[in-house]
Amino acid sequence: MTLKEVQDILNAEVICGEHLLDREVKTAFACDLISEMLSFASSDTLLITSLTNPHVIHTAEVMDAIGVVFVGGKKPSEDIINNLDHGNIPLLSTPLLIFNACGLLFSNGVEGCTRGKAW
Amino acid sequence: MHERKGVVSSPCQPAANKPQLTLRFKIDEKDFLIAGESASKTKKALQQLGLKQEIVKNIAIIVYEAAMNIVIHSNHGEIKIIIAPDQVVVLSEDVGEGIPDIELAMKEGYSTAPNEVREMGFGAGMGLPNIKQCSNELDIKTTIGFGTTLRATIYLNPADTKQVETGTMYV
Repeated sequence: MTLKEVQDILNAEVICGEHLLDREVKTAFACDLISEMLSFASSDTLLITSLTNPHVIHTAEVMDAIGVVFVGGKKPSEDIINNLDHGNIPLLSTPLLIFNACGLLFSNGVEGCTRGKAW
Repeated sequence: MHERKGVVSSPCQPAANKPQLTLRFKIDEKDFLIAGESASKTKKALQQLGLKQEIVKNIAIIVYEAAMNIVIHSNHGEIKIIIAPDQVVVLSEDVGEGIPDIELAMKEGYSTAPNEVREMGFGAGMGLPNIKQCSNELDIKTTIGFGTTLRATIYLNPADTKQVETGTMYV
């Protein structure tokens, strides 16, 4: 599915990167630990997290994430949004909590990452 | 050339007749933001050199994890990314407490990071295992009470790094 479909399914608000919503989402990874994101998440993966600090944006950039969905209605602060270079990473915010967001995406065909696919 | 706190980019003298380029990041205690920034800047620089996406990602992850280790576990330190046509070496040197048990530190999930670090999403006990996974060779030397030196080597296909020979790069 596309990021636009992800937005619809999760009733998500697009924080930035509206022009990139035609990207295809095949896999997703949900986590609140930076090192686990770096270790397990494969490239071109949708990152789902409740962390909203600037480290998450850097991590998404390093891991070549296709986009980030913040759960629980959370959003990074204006400072983070304005000061970080996140031009190629769309950021979305859903009111859903992490389990429900993952369940909806999984039941609609988005697969999880497995370690063997990490690199 | 762009230069700001903790970030230096400079061509350096070739060693053993191999043209090479070194990126340097000075890292202070508790400067958490520099870890992600150094990884992002390393990634952009390596992309400019035309390295393959997966190699760039692996090196960026090594830099990220090594920088976080300095931020969390040492007083201060420096990371150098030495880029040669046939290999990239990430050299991390810190002044700090050292690693009491490297074998234990290499185990996934083992962490001595304090709670405030974990609340930011760090301290998962994956740092050194991640570095090892992303490296072809990893060498760690540590002295309790003095600090730790980490050297991670990633071998390249020489054809991927022709631009290194120009010796010019901006981060």
